[in-house]
Amino acid sequence: MTSTTSATSATPETSTKTTTMATASRAPRNRKRTARRPREFTTFDVWVLVGSLISALCLNWLIFYRLTAGASAFGFLLGSYVTFLAIFAIVTTDRVGRLVASDRVMTVVVVTAAAIVFIPLVLLIGYILVEGLKALRPSFFFEDQQGITPVMPATSGGGFHAIIGTIEQVGLALLWSLPLALAAAVFLNESRSKWRRPVRIFVDAMSGLPSIVAGLFIFATLILPFAKSGNPLFGYNGFMASLALAITMLPTITRTVEVVLRLVPDGLREASLALGASRARTVWSVVFPTSRTGMTTAVVLGIARAVGETAPLLFTSFGYDLMNSNPFAGSQESLPLFVYRNIRKPDIAAVQRGFAGALVLMLIVLGLFAIARFIGRDRSKRKARGPKPATPNSAQAAKQPLKGGSNA
Amino acid sequence: MPGTVVEDPPVAEDPPAPRERTRRVITEVPSRADRRFNQITMGAGISVLVLLTLVGLFLMIQSSDALGETGIWTFLTRTEWRTDVTPARIGVLGLLAGTVLVAVVAVVIAVPLSVFSALAITEYSTAKRRKWLVGVVDLLAAVPSLLFGLWGFLYLSDKIVPISLWLTQNFGWFPLFKTSEDASLTGSIFIAGIVVALMVLPIITSVVREVFSQTPPGEKEAALALGGTRWGMIKTVVLPFGKGGIVGGSMLGLGRALGETIAVALLLPQVPQKIGESIHILQNGGATVSGFIANRAGADEFTTSGLLAAGLVLFIITLGTNMIASVVVSKSRSGAGVDI
Repeated sequence: MTSTTSATSATPETSTKTTTMATASRAPRNRKRTARRPREFTTFDVWVLVGSLISALCLNWLIFYRLTAGASAFGFLLGSYVTFLAIFAIVTTDRVGRLVASDRVMTVVVVTAAAIVFIPLVLLIGYILVEGLKALRPSFFFEDQQGITPVMPATSGGGFHAIIGTIEQVGLALLWSLPLALAAAVFLNESRSKWRRPVRIFVDAMSGLPSIVAGLFIFATLILPFAKSGNPLFGYNGFMASLALAITMLPTITRTVEVVLRLVPDGLREASLALGASRARTVWSVVFPTSRTGMTTAVVLGIARAVGETAPLLFTSFGYDLMNSNPFAGSQESLPLFVYRNIRKPDIAAVQRGFAGALVLMLIVLGLFAIARFIGRDRSKRKARGPKPATPNSAQAAKQPLKGGSNA
Repeated sequence: MPGTVVEDPPVAEDPPAPRERTRRVITEVPSRADRRFNQITMGAGISVLVLLTLVGLFLMIQSSDALGETGIWTFLTRTEWRTDVTPARIGVLGLLAGTVLVAVVAVVIAVPLSVFSALAITEYSTAKRRKWLVGVVDLLAAVPSLLFGLWGFLYLSDKIVPISLWLTQNFGWFPLFKTSEDASLTGSIFIAGIVVALMVLPIITSVVREVFSQTPPGEKEAALALGGTRWGMIKTVVLPFGKGGIVGGSMLGLGRALGETIAVALLLPQVPQKIGESIHILQNGGATVSGFIANRAGADEFTTSGLLAAGLVLFIITLGTNMIASVVVSKSRSGAGVDI
């Protein structure tokens, strides 16, 4: 009873009207009619739900573990769930009829599906937290992998070189992609060029580009043809990685910023233009300030996405066990590569080091996500009380998930 | 297009003006700053066009070595990938089969879950709970693919093996679920598909959710006013309205699933198989284009050229899928205002 509040409030009125009209002619007037409330959920209904669940579990336990040789826990749970739905459907049909029963059964199914989405997320975060904490020590933030041999414990050495690499690569990627993305978003939303449509189609297509293809592209364009020249700038290095990351970030940021810009009311633009401002001035002084929080959210989410990208780095920065703080020469490590390379090694210590890296990476991503949420939080309540006139909360738009390239 | 104004077609034509009369033309006189501004933003827009074209072009140029030696048709129809023999026998079909199977498994699992979660968000939850649910789905989208792969590889895989066992024991007569006698059940396409399903779930959910939320409230109220239950209303109004969005969202998810790289590179052995072997999705084995490429980073020149050719095939396929998806969504009644 949520999004349809208006609908539900409309229902009683309409239905009573029709009933009175219908009953006036046919049914005797003094006959008492009970209102049918399909959404009413009484204590008894709760007992029906619990009862069906328990009986389903018992029945399946009997079938799976007593009468037959036994099956996996999954078979048991799946069987129980199906039986539970069946029993619940039969009991509810008996009590309130087929229509209401189908409604209740589907409610249970929908709630289950929403709960299933929760479970893997909780398990994933919990698993990486538990495994990562085993090997994460303060030294992780100060040391690289110098002198680490397979016999050393997981707590030795660290991922400082990877953190530095990640910061440099993502920072450079932001430097390349942000101006372009902002200008492209402005082009899509503020100009009246006939090229808007093709550009929009291409931005959409680009956001579905597998990120490994972005890495392959940089590799094929800038590294492979210059391989024999020996110029370190055109070899495996952090700069190349930043270019590949910029390609994956570009469509994501463009699309989110465009959505944010679209929320700026036309009235503001028209007011600015009517006062004689040029289009450039309007964008700079009216559109951008209005959508500032939304754009910040978009950029933060774009960074969060790029930090975890692994695939484009495989062909560009390649990975390196030691500190290389120069992004323009020599292969460089970054957090995702550190994790990826370590968990593929055969020794357990390396795998645990990988988990420590994964934990740091996860904390960074979750932190960025939280920051984006905080910037884009709903401030409409405060604004309503404040002296300022309400402006559209453009940040809300950027909170929708980045539908950009997620194929790290 | 500033604002989301839907332009209605003109209801009645104005009487045609006499031809001789010159119309007053309103023109914009751009200032120098404006012209500069237009050039810059236009340049940015066009550069996106150019960039994507360049991606295709350079992949084509650099892969011409391998494609020229193997022949395009042979490359597309050969399943094996052997560079240890001379001449090397490389082909992309085995990889493509694995890619498509993983993506289809992922979408088959993710779509019902997404549709129900979208319904839970738009129709079943209170405003506060909706915020929570949307947050969870967004968070699922924010988790890097690498972490999904890591988790799937070292944790989830062991948990799914009993499910695979159960499926093959009870439904082994179905070709997809058949396994050979002594086959290992880890590292299977099924497991990879489940992990990829979790990764494409957020994008499908968000498209479907957006489509559902655009259902005209009048139609929903009408269904309820006629005495329909909530599910009756959903079945007769929301789902038919959102059909195009569901199809388009699923295809978009398919496009993402085809390109998933790191998780699949970790989960599958990445050795190309014959199609007849690949379709036994419960047993160990399988390779995908992107995962295979990722695992061969830093190979010799000819292999690299072959990998670039495989990357080109992947590029074309995902591009096609995404284009079709956006057309499906934008052509459907529900998806007209939805951007995907």
